Amino acid sequence: MADRQPEAAVAEEESAISVMRRGLRTTPELVQGLFATALIGVVVAVGQISVPIVIQLALDRGGLTSGDVDTGTVLQLVLLGFAVIATTEALALIAKRRMIVRAEASLRRLRVLAFEHVHRQSLAVHNEQATGVMISRVTSDVDSLSRFADWGLFVWVVEPIVVIGVFVAMAVYSWQLALVALLAFTPVFGAMRWVRKRMSRAHEERRTAIGDLLGAFNEALTGAEVVRAYNAQHRTQRRLDTVSETRYRKGLRANFYMAGVYVVGDLIGAVMLALVLLVGVTQREALDLSSGELVAILFLITLLLTPIAELGETINNAQEAVAGWRKVLNLLDEPIEDLDPASGADLPSGPLSIDSHSVHFDYGDGVPVLRDVTVSIPAGQRVAIVGETGSGKSTFARLMCRLADPVAGDMLIGGVPLTEVSGAARHAAVRMVPQDGFLFDTTIRENISYGRRDATEADIDQAIALLNLGPWVAGLPLGLDTPVGERGSSLSVGERQLVSFARAAVADPGILILDEATSSVDPQTDLQLTRALDRLAEGRTVVSIAHRLSTAESADLVLVFADGELIEHGGHDELVARGGRYAALFAAWTADTATR
Amino acid sequence: MTSDNDVAIDDTRPTVRAGARLIVQLVRPHLGPFAVSIVGSGVFAAGTVASASALGWITDSIVLAGFAGDLGASSAFVGAVVIMGIALVRSVGVVTRRYFAGMTAERVERHTRQQLSEQYLSQPMSWLRRVPTGRLIAHVDSDAHVLIQSLHPLPFSFGVVFLALFSGVRLFLIDPLVALIALVLFPAMMVINSLYSRFVERPLAESQARVAEVAGIAHESFEGALIVKTLGRGEAEAQRFDAAADKLRERRQQVGFIRSWMDIFRHSLPQLGILAVVLVGANRIQSGAMTPGNIVEVAALFGALAIPMLVFGFLLESLIPSVVAWNRLRPIIEADVPAQPAEVGRPPGALDVVVDDVSFAWPDAPDDLVLDGVSLQLVPGEMVAVVGSTGSGKSTLCAAIAGVLDDVGDRVHVGGRPLDQIHSADRAAAIAYVFQEAFLFAETIRSNIDLDDDTSDEAVTMAAKVAAADDWIGSLADGYNTPIGERGVTVSGGQRQRIALARALVRDAGLVILDDATSAVDTVVEQEILSHLRSSTDATMVIVANRLATIALADRVVHLVDGRVAAVGAHEDLLSDPGYRELVMAYSEAGDG
Repeated sequence: MADRQPEAAVAEEESAISVMRRGLRTTPELVQGLFATALIGVVVAVGQISVPIVIQLALDRGGLTSGDVDTGTVLQLVLLGFAVIATTEALALIAKRRMIVRAEASLRRLRVLAFEHVHRQSLAVHNEQATGVMISRVTSDVDSLSRFADWGLFVWVVEPIVVIGVFVAMAVYSWQLALVALLAFTPVFGAMRWVRKRMSRAHEERRTAIGDLLGAFNEALTGAEVVRAYNAQHRTQRRLDTVSETRYRKGLRANFYMAGVYVVGDLIGAVMLALVLLVGVTQREALDLSSGELVAILFLITLLLTPIAELGETINNAQEAVAGWRKVLNLLDEPIEDLDPASGADLPSGPLSIDSHSVHFDYGDGVPVLRDVTVSIPAGQRVAIVGETGSGKSTFARLMCRLADPVAGDMLIGGVPLTEVSGAARHAAVRMVPQDGFLFDTTIRENISYGRRDATEADIDQAIALLNLGPWVAGLPLGLDTPVGERGSSLSVGERQLVSFARAAVADPGILILDEATSSVDPQTDLQLTRALDRLAEGRTVVSIAHRLSTAESADLVLVFADGELIEHGGHDELVARGGRYAALFAAWTADTATR
Repeated sequence: MTSDNDVAIDDTRPTVRAGARLIVQLVRPHLGPFAVSIVGSGVFAAGTVASASALGWITDSIVLAGFAGDLGASSAFVGAVVIMGIALVRSVGVVTRRYFAGMTAERVERHTRQQLSEQYLSQPMSWLRRVPTGRLIAHVDSDAHVLIQSLHPLPFSFGVVFLALFSGVRLFLIDPLVALIALVLFPAMMVINSLYSRFVERPLAESQARVAEVAGIAHESFEGALIVKTLGRGEAEAQRFDAAADKLRERRQQVGFIRSWMDIFRHSLPQLGILAVVLVGANRIQSGAMTPGNIVEVAALFGALAIPMLVFGFLLESLIPSVVAWNRLRPIIEADVPAQPAEVGRPPGALDVVVDDVSFAWPDAPDDLVLDGVSLQLVPGEMVAVVGSTGSGKSTLCAAIAGVLDDVGDRVHVGGRPLDQIHSADRAAAIAYVFQEAFLFAETIRSNIDLDDDTSDEAVTMAAKVAAADDWIGSLADGYNTPIGERGVTVSGGQRQRIALARALVRDAGLVILDDATSAVDTVVEQEILSHLRSSTDATMVIVANRLATIALADRVVHLVDGRVAAVGAHEDLLSDPGYRELVMAYSEAGDG
């Protein structure tokens, strides 16, 4: 994909700890009450080590080693063990439930934060970033965290405490042997770190491969008609096979490290056992050990295997969780554009003026799209922007509704700099009808009501009446309640435009920006809309990105763009009389139409 | 949107039993790596039992004997070597099991994606339209992934059987009375697991459904990001998303609660077993039937059961989502693909077109005929303009003639053959179809035009010239090798249309269909393109006309009203028809007539 994320390049990834720190800054509630959970973890650890202690006591005090068995003592010990286990497990239950409630609530919040962030990013970013990648940020990436929170989180809080508890218990029997065991145990950290680093990179690459895979599939599906019309199935299949194969190879790699990480703990456990046995047997007198105590220590070491194994079992989850978390956090760190002032200025209702002062713009790549554009549009005027594709006319219109901010210069609406206007006021005052008549997969009525938050049935009816869409609506199978299908696919492009217009009408904006709005509507509908727009334009400033010079002909003011510059502006007659670029364009157009 | 025509989701109840059947089916084509991982699992189980036995032996023969003063350093050394040896063997088992289990799972996942991609590419549009894109993407993403989650813990879970078998034998050898404890303990664990799976089945299935809902909302909302932004609906969208995310949270929490109950038993049962062994063992030692080492061994064996129990829990829990995922995947993967007719090469020259009484309605509005008994004949080489108001069926007619609307493929003949009898490769060579909305692949401009067809540079440049795209492409630093972003979004609408046009023209087809393919191009350039096109090819042309100048270029005009052909003929002849005249008047009033 042309717009592959630079994620692979960020492979010198930050540590899991750093990800965690960033993550907790974002959703601190994840660890609220974690201290209490950890305390309960200590109790659980006591429960876990109670069994080897019972064995040791039974061997030494119950007389199992000597053969002179004291059944009463053994029974007491066993009953005590039962009680300890029952208590600690009950506490564990409480702790786990607390943790699940917190984790799931904070992950929901993280998911929604990421979703909101995507919508607050600049449209330039939207253009670069594959939709598929953004979807996986709010779905599978958060899901991987959630899977960890469900299974692994408790293990990761409690099992290290169990490990510490086991060492403490060993130290009580013999601090020297505990030290020996600890020495053998330390390589675990180094080895784990080594494997984890590689594993984390492997997981990262795997996730990137998934993003590419989804992007490729998304393309094959949105372009399904083209693929079929041009019999491009084979080349598309090859492309999908390639991304799928890459995903497979990355998966195997991650899997390889997974297999390795598990045995590290197991092998080191065996080393501990062997060392402690050697030292314990040979130095028993110096250490003043009973046989029961040595057996208990050996058994405690085998007990270490379980937490290590559980950590190993969940390390896969943990790695995926960290990788997913990092991606979501990186998304949240990407700059957002519409930093609407919290208490921004309001705008009066009614038509508004538009002023641009020395406006410069580029899409962040240094290629100027607009250069030094200065123009004043009085309130209530009908303005046509003309120019070749790529001349900057659409971009200029986008700046008017603050889909982007100029890199230099100011845009003013009603005399107020756009950067100081509150988002709500801007949305109410400036309404753009984009060329892409995207509709949500719901009814026409619902789509129209999206034009304004508090739109009532009456508002919708009024908008329909204003645009004279009554007959069209009456002809629909379910009228306004007709579902539009995915992205409006059940309606024709023209019909989608009609809905977009109604959606704009319901908002009753002071400034209306029509971006190539009429280009794909057939003449009859176009005429219908032209008439309706005349009425809609009443009492508003209307800026049209014109593809037909007829629009310019009837406008109060014409702005002519070429190569990012405003080269001419004025009334139609004035510009024709001036004999510049516009006059030439108009002459060519009239000559063309005269031949018909 | 749902309708009767949607590709239904299977309703196999997501049970553990269904999951077991599914696993057998999934693994069967990948038995090699799976068998290796089962062997690894067996080695691990044997190693686990052996190390417990070693611990027992060490307790009796080295520790207790050593403390009694019989043995010295050399026997302790032997013990250490035995421990390490067994651990090594066990590790080999673990690595083998895990790596090959992972390989099995990855292969099943890859295989599933391949099956999906084949369906996505070979199914006709009529099938594809019935499944929302969001769902098709979710199949590739989460469904394929969730499907195989049960395969990772599978070999280890098989290992539980080995473990139970090996340790059962060992326990009977130690002492029948202690073996009795195992006979209670092992089945108790099975009961716990099956109870757990029964409780968790339903909430898990529901949580799966919520995941799909969350993904669906994100898909729609991000696709419409521009609209969301211009309407200032970011907050409202977030609320909609939040509501779905909250429902998901609720389900996941419920699953978590059930699991934490299960964890209690999983943890405590082996420990209780060990305590019971201490109690029983004390009596057996007294009677001389057991040694202290036996107790240590049995305790270690029981202790080793906790992990397989955990993994078995993983397995049970992943089976349910696997079945749900398969329910969603199966109708797609197993859908029949209509057979392709034989490939015989495209008919040469300009092609005639016969549309024979074609009627069509979209599946979600079956009563609303978009095309209603349309009949039409085009002679080779003529240019026909299609006019009509919005919703009159112009685009649908184009799709029908182009063969993309496969639903009516038997009633449209091109070059003397019905479209459904023409191989897709022949059809693509014969018909060039340019859509209302230009779709570009996220590849270079060059491959967007020639679609990797080994077309010469000259032909590509020629096509781009006719499409009036050559100048602009030439001005780019990388020219024809300039890559284009996803769905061509970094390129303006007009330029997109020109590239799509060049893609059609490079094919030298016998039938060219332009469905309002130049709507975003300036009028002047549009007329330039069309007149170039007219002079550069003798192909039959169908063009949806929204401008008088375009109609003027056409030999004949087809006037569509509500999906019916109201009139066909030369523009001048049709003017006597009041409906047509009104439409054409609209062109003039709209400004460019």
